[in-house]
Order: sequence, then C-alpha cells, then structure tokens
Amino acid sequence: MSSLLEVRDLRVSFPDRATGAVQPVDGVSFELARGETLALVGESGCGKSLSALALLRLIPPPGRIESGSAVVLDGTDVLALEDKALRKVRGRRVAMIFQDPMTSLNPVFTVGDQITEVVHAHFKVPKQEARDRALKLLNEVGIPDAATRLDAYPHQLSGGMRQRVMIAIALAGEPELLIADEPTTALDVTVQAQILELLDQLRATHGMSMLLITHDLGIVAGRADRVAVMYAGQIVEQASTAALFAKPSHPYTQGLFASVPRLTGPVGHLMPIPGTVPPPSAWPSGCRFRTRCPIVHARSAEMPPMLQVGPDHSMRCWLAEDQQ
Amino acid sequence: MARWLARRLLHAVLTVAIAITLAFFLMRLAPGDPLSRLGDERPMPASELAGLRARYGLDQPLLAQYTTFVAAAVGGDFGRSIHYGRPVREIILDRLPASLLLGGGALLLTMLGGALLGALQALRRDSLLDRTAGVVSLAAYATPSFWLGLVLAWLVGIEWRLLPVGGFRDPLLAADASWMLQVADVLRHLALPLLTLTIVSIGAVMRYQRTAMLEALAQPFVAAARARGLSERRIRWRHALRTSLFPIVTLLGLWLPVLAAGSVFVESVFAWPGLGSLAAEAVGTRDYPLLMGVTLLVAVLVVLGGLLADIAYAALDPRVRPA
Amino acid sequence: MNVSAPSLLRRAMGVANGRAGAVALLAIALFALAAPLALPDPAIQFDIVDGALLPPSVMHPFGTDHLSRDVLSRVANGARISLAVAVIAVALSITLGAVVGLVAGFFGGAVDTILMRAVDGAMAIPRLFLLLLLVAAWDRLPLAALILVIGATGWLGTSRLVRAEVLRLREVEFIRSAQALGAGARRVMFRHLLPNTLGPLSVAAMLGVGDVILLEAGLSFLGLGVRPPTPSWGGMILDGKDVLQAAPWVSLFPGLAIVATVLAINLFGEALRRAADSGSP
Repeated sequence: MSSLLEVRDLRVSFPDRATGAVQPVDGVSFELARGETLALVGESGCGKSLSALALLRLIPPPGRIESGSAVVLDGTDVLALEDKALRKVRGRRVAMIFQDPMTSLNPVFTVGDQITEVVHAHFKVPKQEARDRALKLLNEVGIPDAATRLDAYPHQLSGGMRQRVMIAIALAGEPELLIADEPTTALDVTVQAQILELLDQLRATHGMSMLLITHDLGIVAGRADRVAVMYAGQIVEQASTAALFAKPSHPYTQGLFASVPRLTGPVGHLMPIPGTVPPPSAWPSGCRFRTRCPIVHARSAEMPPMLQVGPDHSMRCWLAEDQQ
Repeated sequence: MARWLARRLLHAVLTVAIAITLAFFLMRLAPGDPLSRLGDERPMPASELAGLRARYGLDQPLLAQYTTFVAAAVGGDFGRSIHYGRPVREIILDRLPASLLLGGGALLLTMLGGALLGALQALRRDSLLDRTAGVVSLAAYATPSFWLGLVLAWLVGIEWRLLPVGGFRDPLLAADASWMLQVADVLRHLALPLLTLTIVSIGAVMRYQRTAMLEALAQPFVAAARARGLSERRIRWRHALRTSLFPIVTLLGLWLPVLAAGSVFVESVFAWPGLGSLAAEAVGTRDYPLLMGVTLLVAVLVVLGGLLADIAYAALDPRVRPA
Repeated sequence: MNVSAPSLLRRAMGVANGRAGAVALLAIALFALAAPLALPDPAIQFDIVDGALLPPSVMHPFGTDHLSRDVLSRVANGARISLAVAVIAVALSITLGAVVGLVAGFFGGAVDTILMRAVDGAMAIPRLFLLLLLVAAWDRLPLAALILVIGATGWLGTSRLVRAEVLRLREVEFIRSAQALGAGARRVMFRHLLPNTLGPLSVAAMLGVGDVILLEAGLSFLGLGVRPPTPSWGGMILDGKDVLQAAPWVSLFPGLAIVATVLAINLFGEALRRAADSGSP
C-alpha cells in the first residue's frame, strides 16, 4: 500500500503575549496509507485538531504553520500550493467533517443547497445532475425520506442527521482522504455507534483513507488500523491498533487505558492520571509528560525522540531504550 | 403562521392606541387649553374665542374630548388646522409625497450604502480604510443634520452654484414643460436634502453592519465552507454577507423614527414641503390639530415599519419562521 | 471579570479611540469652564457700529456675529449650557430608565407586561415629536423645564436595556443564591442587580449625552429650545442662518463645536462599550 499522506515535523505556532510564541503542534510526524484509518488520539488541548486543520492550511490567523513542516499528499506538497490549487485539494481530495454539525452548517441555506454547492465547486455539472448527486448522497448516508430532506434547513434536523448531512457534504467532492474531527462527540451515545459504523462503511465503499481524531479510546478499537497518541503537541506513541491495545507502552497511553472503564474483564480501580494537561506556555522542558508520569525516567530532562518498541510500534520515551 | 401574524398585528394596534393616548394627554398637560394662546397672537373678543372653543369641542370634559378624538382619528379625521383652516387630513396628504420621496430615498441610500461600506470595513479589518471609515462614520453621526444642511446649501448651492437650495421645484419652470424636465427639476432639488439626511444616518448603519459582518465571518460554518474548497469570494458574499444582512432588515423597520426626526430639520432648512417641515411649522404656530395629525401619522408609520421588518426577517431567516 | 467603574474606565482608556475621546472631552470641558474666564463676556458688543459680522482675525479668532459679539466666547459659553443641559437631562433619564427596567425585569408578569407595553407605545412616537408636542403645549419653556422635559423623554430605551440585563442576570447563580439566602426584592434589585447593569448603563449614559446635545441644538435651531440671549450652539447656528453667504463663520463654528464634542463622546462611549462587553458575567 502506497503512502497517501505524509506529514513530517509539522509545527504550528501562535503568538503569545507572555512568551512570544507557543507551538501547540510541535513536530508531529505520521504517515497514512491508502485505504487505511489512522486514529489520532489525545485529550483536549493536545493539538490534534490543530494538526488536522494544518493539513488543509486552515489554521486561523494569527497562527501559522512553521517552515520546516511538510505535508505531502500523494506527492503534492500541500504547504507550497497556490490558493487556486489549494482549493482543488480542499473538499476535493481531502474532506473534513467537524465536531459540531449545528455550527458547521450554514443555518440559512437548505441541506440540498449546501451539498450541491460543493458539487458545483469541484465538478462542472448541470444543476439537475448536482441535485441528483445530492439526493444519492443523502440516501447513502442513511437519511430517511431523502427527497424531502433536500429542502430542509439544518435546524429542522436532529443532531445525528445533521452529522450525516455533514458526511454527505464531505463525500460530495469524492475525496481520497476524509478527516473526521471528533465526529461523534456532540452526539448522543446511541447515535455515536451508528455514525461510526456509517463512516466505516463509506470508507470501504469509496476506497478512502480516514484520519479519525478523537479523545475516546473506546471508539478506536475495531475501527482504526493504526493509532497515534498525542500529548502536549507531540505524538508520544504510534502503533497498529492491535499492538497498541495489546501492549500500551508509553506511560501516558497506559494511563489512558487505566482510566477507561471496561465492560469486560476483571473489575479494578479506575486510575485517573494525576494532574492536568499543562497549557503550551507551561510545558515542562525535556519530556513533557514527566510532571505527571508515575515512572519519571532518569533521562527525562532530555526530550526523548520516537524510539522503536516493536515492529511498527514506536514511542517517545526513554524507557524504550532500556528495553532494547 | 397566521396566529403569529395575528398576534403581531394586535400588538401593533395596541401600540398605536397607547401612542395616541399618550400624545393626546401630553398635549393637554399644559394649563389652559390649546386655544388659550390664540388670544396672544391676535386680539380677539371673548365671544369669538368661546365660539372657537365650542367648534373644536374644547368646552367638553377632557375624557369626552379624548373619546371624540380617538373615534375621529381612527377614521382619519384629525379636525381642522387652526392656522390653515383646512382639514388636517388634506394638508397632510398634500405634503406626504414629498416626505416619502425624501425619506424613502434616504432610507434606501442609507441601508444600501451602509451595508456595503460596513461589509467592506469588516473584510479589510484594521486596515487604513477600516480605521478611517470608522472615524468618519462616527463624525457623520455626530453632525447635526440642520447644520450640515446649511453648510452644504452654502457650499454647493451658493458658493459653487451647482444645485438649488430650497423648495421642491423651480417656480419659474413652465407648467407644461416636458415630463423629463420636470422630473429632473425635482431631482435637482432633492439632491441636497437627500445627501444631508443620508450622511447623518449612514454612519450608524455602517458601524452596525461592520460588527454583523465580523461576527458572520467568525462563524464556524465559514471555516467549514473554506474546508470544502469554496472560493473566498463565494464565502464572503454568499455565506457571510447573507447572514449578516438579517439584522439590517430589522434595522430598516426601526430606522423610521430616526428618519422622521431628521427630516424635521432637513426639510426645514431646505424648505422641502414635507411632513417634517409641516411639524416644525405647526409647533411655531401652535397649530395643535395639525401637529397631532402629523405626530400620529408618524407613529403609525413607525409601528408599521417595525411590523414589516419583523415579517421580512421571518421571511428571510428560516430559523425564525414560525412553523 | 471586574465590572466596577474604575476598571471599566481603565479598560476603555486602554483603547486608542477611548484615549482620544477622553482627551478631547477633557479639552472641551476645560474650554467650557475656563475660557469664559479668559475670554471677553459674550454679551459685550464690541463695536456696535462697525463690529458686526467681522471675519476671523487675531482679536476674534472665530469672528463676530450680527450683534458684534465675539463668536469664540459665545461658543465657549454655549458649551457650558449645552453640556449642562445634556448631563443633567441624561442623569434624569438614566435614573428613570434604570428604575423602570429593574422593576419590570425583576417582578415580571403583569407588571412587566404593562410597563413594557406602555414603553412600546411611547417609543412609537419619535423623541423629537414628543418634545415638539410638549413644547407646543407650553409656551416659553424656562431652561429648567426644558431639561426636565428632555430628561423625561429619554428613559424609554434605557428601561428596555436594563430590563434585558436584569432578565439575563436573574438566571445567573449569584442572584439565585442571594434570594435563597433570604434577600428581599429591594435588596436584590439595588445591591445585586443594579451594580451589574452599570456597564451598559454607563455606555447608554455617555451616548445619551451626545444624543441630547444634538437634540437640544436642534430644538434651539427651531427656536424651541434654549432661548436667547442665553447662548447655545443651536441658537447660534440659527443666528447665522440668514447671513450664511456673507458671514459663514457665525454658523460654522458652533456646528464644528457640536461635531467635535459629540464625536469625542462617541469615541469614548464606544471604547467604554467594548470594555463593558468583555467583562460581563
């Protein structure tokens, strides 16, 4: 499988009154192969959403992507594209769905209008054809009575349906990569599973790759091929899902697993990770997790690089060195 | 939908009723009655005064006067002008077209101009254009309309002799002159008062629209639209501007009181034969029936404007539309 | 965030516009207060024969008017009158509006409905027309009565503003807890609700002063406001109307004074509003 997306050393900075500048995304690197799903997992504030926005150069000013970062989509250097060329990537080769479908949809346009708008933006088709495509998409995402719903307004739909509409809009461009930023966080628990199932199906049917961003380890199992765990602007562990779940290696990852209640297995104590996630201006030097780590390696004053822990399994922790 | 409309209409009628009552009792607040000053202007025998009183029904108890007044007002009868001697309704109808022309024109220019300029300011936020426009709009708002009218009349009309400075039309223009010449003549006379009224009103609309546009641009769906590869131009005009225009529509309806007040001054300065100058005149001559008539018409227009604005808002914004 | 008066002022002054407005206002206030001491009495008619309608010169920086009076000192004295009228009238409006708004918002129900319907009805008549009605009813309004009348017609908008704030605050935790602790209506209203409406109120007050200056000038221009020989900016513009071509400075300078003052007020008022918006709970 060839690599569809290659992200190397992605760094996003924002000006900060106290310290001059902060880098909420600080040297993130990962690869995404065709047809695979990569889950980017982390608590809020770790920089995962910003990383996703950076892929489409949607970082809101005054933030900026630092030079030295690389985002390569199937050979194309996204960061170097001209505006017009960038627009051909956005929505067309890479589509994004956001966390809150209510605020991401324009309330004064119908659902159908918003889908056909994307179709017209990327394909030269007559109006009727665009509308037909919109109808097909609505059916595909499982919206009942799609023909009527084409002319509905966002506020007339339930949360789950709005998210489906968002997915339909994202698919309208026939993208190769779908970025889903916390797609189920704003939804009821019962609807969450449905949406995830839908995303999985669509990904397989359309042959897309998916970057799934979430804070919820629970939705990762069984849905993602590989997982990257983020903390304080960096990836701290990266592995195939099976490997990660079998042997979570980074103390932060272990902490995440320990704090998630399990429905099966022995009943143990829930262990929250002590302390709270520090803001970018208060990141410790060296290993950023050392202020909350139960182990605190001797070398932790020095920033650990990503080190191999197993085949296709690496982590940013000096403990890996000991194990070799 | 019909229920909502009915409720709004009822509210409107109630508002007008309260306005009528307020206006009536405000005017009667003063000691004496409306005719007590008449004797100061020109000496008249007591019997004539008494006769006038009876004629205007001023010898009745106040509450009776009120009911008679309301009953007549509902039918559009505001009595006779003390100064002109003709029915107030006639005089008002005579002067209404000129006010509608000036007021309507000013409303249109103010809203369109203000919306465009404000949106432009928002798109070029913090640029020199934005900051200059910001100060200029505040200065325009701070300018007294009558003074601006005088300055413009002096500069444009007198010093540079570009446009006429008073009246509705050229009295020397032949009555059988071509239709186009007549229209052009009125337009030339309309220019300065229209400009004055627009300038003092546009500042507020500009500031309002700037804020609305900035808010619209910051909405998440704008970022989402960008993520879909839509062009900036489309995002600005179709997504941001459309959403920011709703408050403007409401403003349209609420701008009537501002225009009405402004037109009192502007029409007086330019001798524009509308309701504004009529009101100013009526105060000067203590012509109460006339003043009441104009005031109430303005109140009705204000309430109507608000009602229309609500309806328009509901028609445009699908979220507000009552099911 | 802190909503106390000094912190609001500090934040408003932090903005460039706010500083500019405040500085300008201070300059104007100083001019109004101090100038009459330094400048000749505006009633002095310098040279009754040849001194009328003289263009601006070193001796008369704003020229003289049709009665040979120095326009600069008249503008300065007019400043005192216009500012005094505006400040007192607005103080009255704000007080009335705050009380009505507090009562309506706090008690709700029938009280609220009746009060707000009345306000709606009154607001259907533009403020200027209300004043015209009142002025027509009374003849020759003395200055005090004029101020009263202007103040009495200006509280409607404020009451709506305060009511909206109260409705919003009513749901906020600390009000509920105050009531749970047994605070009576009056205490809750004045000790808890009122201080939190200070932000919008002070903005409304500032902008209100600007509006009243324009309103009073307009009335004086129509001959219905401040009566001569008391100097007022509007009255001066009226004086200059007939000699516009020969002596434009008679009308020009008082008008510029109005623009400068109201502009300064609005600059500062806007900065105040931004400061108030960012700090409300």
